[in-house]
Amino acid sequence: MIYREAGQFKTSYASDQAVFPIVQDRVFVLAAVVAAFVVPPLVAGDYWLQAILIPFLIYALAAIGLNLLTGYAGQLSLGTGGFMAVGAYSAFKLTTAFPQLSIIAVFLLSGLAAAAIGLLFGIPSLRIKGFYLAVATLAAQFFLIWLFNKVAWFTNYASSGTITAPDRTVLGVTVTGPNAPAAARYVMALAFVAVFALVAKNLVRGRIGRSWMAIRDRDIAAEIIGVRPLRTKLLAFGISSFYCGVAGAELVFLYLGSAETLAFDINQSFLVLFMVIIGGLGSILGSWLGAAFIILLPIFLTRLPHSLGLTMSVALQKQIELMIFGGLILFFLIVEPHGLARLWQIGKEKLRLWPFPH
Amino acid sequence: MSHPAPAGPVLEVNGVSVRFGALIAVNQVSLSVARGQIVAIIGPNGAGKTTLLNAVSGFYHPYEGRIAFEGKDRTRLQPPDVAALGIARTFQNVALFKGMSVLDNIMTGRLLKMRGSFLLEALYWGPAKRQELEHRAFVERIIDFLEIQAIRKTPAGRLPYGLQKRVELARALAAEPKLLLLDEPMAGMNVEEKEDMCRFILDVNHEFGTTIALIEHDMGVVMDISDRVVVLDYGRKIADGPPAEVRKDQAVRDAYLGVAHE
Repeated sequence: MIYREAGQFKTSYASDQAVFPIVQDRVFVLAAVVAAFVVPPLVAGDYWLQAILIPFLIYALAAIGLNLLTGYAGQLSLGTGGFMAVGAYSAFKLTTAFPQLSIIAVFLLSGLAAAAIGLLFGIPSLRIKGFYLAVATLAAQFFLIWLFNKVAWFTNYASSGTITAPDRTVLGVTVTGPNAPAAARYVMALAFVAVFALVAKNLVRGRIGRSWMAIRDRDIAAEIIGVRPLRTKLLAFGISSFYCGVAGAELVFLYLGSAETLAFDINQSFLVLFMVIIGGLGSILGSWLGAAFIILLPIFLTRLPHSLGLTMSVALQKQIELMIFGGLILFFLIVEPHGLARLWQIGKEKLRLWPFPH
Repeated sequence: MSHPAPAGPVLEVNGVSVRFGALIAVNQVSLSVARGQIVAIIGPNGAGKTTLLNAVSGFYHPYEGRIAFEGKDRTRLQPPDVAALGIARTFQNVALFKGMSVLDNIMTGRLLKMRGSFLLEALYWGPAKRQELEHRAFVERIIDFLEIQAIRKTPAGRLPYGLQKRVELARALAAEPKLLLLDEPMAGMNVEEKEDMCRFILDVNHEFGTTIALIEHDMGVVMDISDRVVVLDYGRKIADGPPAEVRKDQAVRDAYLGVAHE
């Protein structure tokens, strides 16, 4: 069965508005989700799970979150690292204050805490736009990190200033902390990002997503059809920060195990923003592709000389890796400034007409 | 679409002035738009037509005077509140959401008719899904009406200008407005597109009974489709009446042909 849209006729608005209107997409995505839950925990080694798949899933969640805000609602934010830190520190405080609380509830509550902070720092967006807003959100980034460094209460007065993920179980399996098997942490991260990717897709294809995009594309026209700018932008900030907060909590609890504020510095904000830009602004698929590109490519490049049988010094290899990585980012941005998701869309349009050029 | 229509004019503008610093863009203009009418606002460039429309839709607030909609004062409302009253408009330079498909653009016109329930929308389940499909069905009727079926999935930014204007009209119609404000709906169109647009405007007026106020420069169109013509010049109203009368008015001729202002 060739992958193409031609010949698939929809007979109801419901089928036309489906997330994946093309049969092959539906089959493939369903199979991929099932496979993602089953195959890696059985097959992949700890290195693959710990070093590649878990961070990929966590960053995909953060990238979806930022994409809702920047890609869909058009509000540029450099506060992602700060909002992730809010999630991580909230999760730490919640698990230590309420040891009985389910870890799933802890993640969700940490997301809500980040959402509240995100709302607060979203208020300037009513008056400031574009790059200036990015500078205003930069304030969130630096203020939050400063706060977590300065106030020892957040780390339960630990002299090292680090927060550590305690052991917590879901259905009898340890999923966080030093004793959690990588497979369990992987499934946990996957479950969260799968559910929230679907939620994000549902939001952007409905009433809320359309009001976000209306504000992004033409705020004056949006107002005249009844979109209230402040409410709409704040909703975007809140939901986006929720995603980033959950991702931040996961970063410490499922991936790093323990962390200082350094794990959430400005580089984190840039990293997630790059994922969104390279993957494609205003595309959920793009968030996945961007996260995969940024997380997987350096690892692939690191292993490349070895698999080609080349021997070189570690320092030289690191330099070359960075150069190729930077070059590839530039290449993709020049070839398709709208991101990897747009490349995919163009391919799909070509297939619709194939084998005819027009 | 049979609302129990309150008596009296739909829109009443009473002695409205809009100033930007020392510049008085609209100077004590009064006009009223009766239910079911098509009223054209004309005038030379810079006469204050768009400014007046912006004041009605809440982007500017008049320095003096009152604006009433269906008998209620609404001089100081913000644009979203104006939309909630049932006033929709299009813009002189098309203001579509360029990154969204034509269908999504028109669906935004239904935003005010949709009820929000965050959790259900996040799950796209039950009432949230039903609501989406109901509004989709309504939007499809407008798509049929304006004959834009073939482009419903096209991103609005990729359309030619004439079609963009038509999609903008569709978005305004999707809100089921009581009063439709059109700012130069035919600017930059060729003769054929203008004829199409005229027919749509008349059809909207006849079939839905929508009251329409429009700004237009093409005199042929204005004289053909409007029930009343209001003429502005240098921010003041200089004539107001049926097209045939306005055509003969000396002040209007002076304004268009040019006469030395004292």
